[in-house]
Amino acid sequence: MRKSFPALVIAAAFAVLPLAQAAEHEEAAGQCRALDVAHWKAGTEIGNSASLQRGARNFMGYCAGCHSLKYARYSRIAKDLGIPDEQFEKSLLPAGASKNDYVIAPLDAIDGNAWFGKAPPDLSLIARSRGTDYLYQFLKSFYADPATASGVNNLSLPGTAMPHVLSALQGVPEAVRCTLTENAGGEGGAVKGDSVVQKLEVPVAGQLSAAEYDEFVRDTVNFLDYVGEPAKLHRTSIGIWVILFLLVFTGFAYLLKQEYWKDVK
Amino acid sequence: MAASSHDAAGKGGFRAWLNKRLPVDEFVQSQLTGYFAPKNFNVWYFFGALSLLVFVIQILSGIFLTMHYKVGEATAFDSVEYIMREVEWGWFIRYMHSTGASFFFIVVYLHMLRAMLYGSYRAPRELLWIFGMVVYLALMAEAFMGYVLPWGNMSYWGAQVIVNLFGTIPVIGPGLVEWIRGDYGIADSTLNRFFSLHVVAVPFALAFLILMHLVALRQTGSNNPDGIEIKANLGANGKPVDGIPFHPYYTVKDLVGVGAFLIFFCIVLFFVPTFGGLFLEKPNFEPANPLSTPTHIAPVWYFTPFYAMLRAVPDQQLGALLMLLSIVVFFFLPWLDRSPVKSIRYKGILSKIFLAGFVVSFVALGYFGMMPAEGTYVILARIFTIIYFAFFLLMPWYTRVEKTSPVPQRVTFHA
Repeated sequence: MRKSFPALVIAAAFAVLPLAQAAEHEEAAGQCRALDVAHWKAGTEIGNSASLQRGARNFMGYCAGCHSLKYARYSRIAKDLGIPDEQFEKSLLPAGASKNDYVIAPLDAIDGNAWFGKAPPDLSLIARSRGTDYLYQFLKSFYADPATASGVNNLSLPGTAMPHVLSALQGVPEAVRCTLTENAGGEGGAVKGDSVVQKLEVPVAGQLSAAEYDEFVRDTVNFLDYVGEPAKLHRTSIGIWVILFLLVFTGFAYLLKQEYWKDVK
Repeated sequence: MAASSHDAAGKGGFRAWLNKRLPVDEFVQSQLTGYFAPKNFNVWYFFGALSLLVFVIQILSGIFLTMHYKVGEATAFDSVEYIMREVEWGWFIRYMHSTGASFFFIVVYLHMLRAMLYGSYRAPRELLWIFGMVVYLALMAEAFMGYVLPWGNMSYWGAQVIVNLFGTIPVIGPGLVEWIRGDYGIADSTLNRFFSLHVVAVPFALAFLILMHLVALRQTGSNNPDGIEIKANLGANGKPVDGIPFHPYYTVKDLVGVGAFLIFFCIVLFFVPTFGGLFLEKPNFEPANPLSTPTHIAPVWYFTPFYAMLRAVPDQQLGALLMLLSIVVFFFLPWLDRSPVKSIRYKGILSKIFLAGFVVSFVALGYFGMMPAEGTYVILARIFTIIYFAFFLLMPWYTRVEKTSPVPQRVTFHA
């Protein structure tokens, strides 16, 4: 009986825990809280080639005017993503570009600096240096802000020089603000009395529904993930065979060792 | 010459011809089939051979990387991406090298911990230990300079921080830093000389030092988990009764270790090459930018324990000195340990507590070295720095006062 008492206490604690958490959530619903953009997950799948193809289409249509992928060639993208040459040249290759060219935006750095205050960065490695979740959060957290030159601001990258290029698709979200009644916690976090963005609301919808826009962003981010590391498409499938071989090799090496060591006493 | 004349009397032919000119059989006999190693090696004894394996992996993958890498601040970063994208199997070669760098430190740290567990640094193996420590120092230099070569932003700022440490040396510091960099900041000239040192000078030094480490090992013979000398127990044939020929027994056994090791190695290489930003850090996918400092400058994981100690001291000069001491103190281990027994198996409770404390503090410091140097992290880093040094500095005391267990006459071995 004495032995089972601690177990009982632990079991009781685990039973109470979810209730306590639920209560906490209940309480939070009415409270002012900043929109937690930093925890949005991109949920991309590098193995989903349809998504990658759509991502390539999105990128060429909406991003490639300003952003280069200076390490990626058109032909390599077409080949890796399984897009037939003819179709690629017809619908994705910009006029005047050769399919063996690197993906270089027509906007040069000097104009970029002059027009936006900062040249649009090359995006070849952006998924590797910032991560896919960040890109997803960034593209989903534009909101109207008349105080900025472009008329929009961004929750992931406040003060970004980039306009909301996808506003025709998403619409321009409005930030719904509230005033914090207690400190948000965490170092450098918002404190009581600060006005924070509670949620983003799209007053006039764009061409896409909210769910369609999420998919659009996810596909685009997936494509950038591929561009960051084209080898990612193949290395895991090669890796499985390598590991299987090594397992067999190690198994035989072990049997060989046992055979030799039989006479060691 | 016994081996070669035996062969000449036997088959003749090419082997006899060769042995007359090159002592192949004699070498194999003296170094492999006639070299006796204790039969009670456990899993800890794989890591020496595995260190050598990783050294070979690094040399081979490095040769291929050097064929495509273009040194220079304008070309280095681009050429690494060229390797990753346009060189056939370039990504494989590059990941082999970057994974190899981290695994080199994993196996070397485990190899060193093995020596600390079983007292392998004790007489008569002091020089073997010191050669090993010099190999470790050379490896640190090699890893640091290799890390700068891709010319990512963390490469650049890491180099800035590490090279500036030399500036804390009194009098000659500032001049020395300039001399190391070859410029007033980390620049093209720094990258060029690090390339030269990384691919030529240090690998040669490493190869020589590893050879000396092995020669010293052959002279004294291996220690073992019981920490007793197998040479003290010779059989009628003059061979140690608890010894077995290195070849074939340990060559086939090491083959199992190699297989198991490569499984872990390839899991990282093929499935998680960046290892969540630990083996290849995110900021290093942005080119070096003197105008943009990364939020947290931290070295790669294998240097973070020392980096944590550096930052635990409020004064930079004293911090650098402490960091230096944290490595130098290893050299004195053979003379700090006064225990009548070598192996942790027979040492007393104090040795076990202090060694455990050392391992825990090394890992903890490694973690704190990656975190921002603020608040609790700094305080905890200070506490663990004290535990780290206590292991070494109190060793002459606790190894003498503790009660040790009796050491067996023969090695412990269960077939």
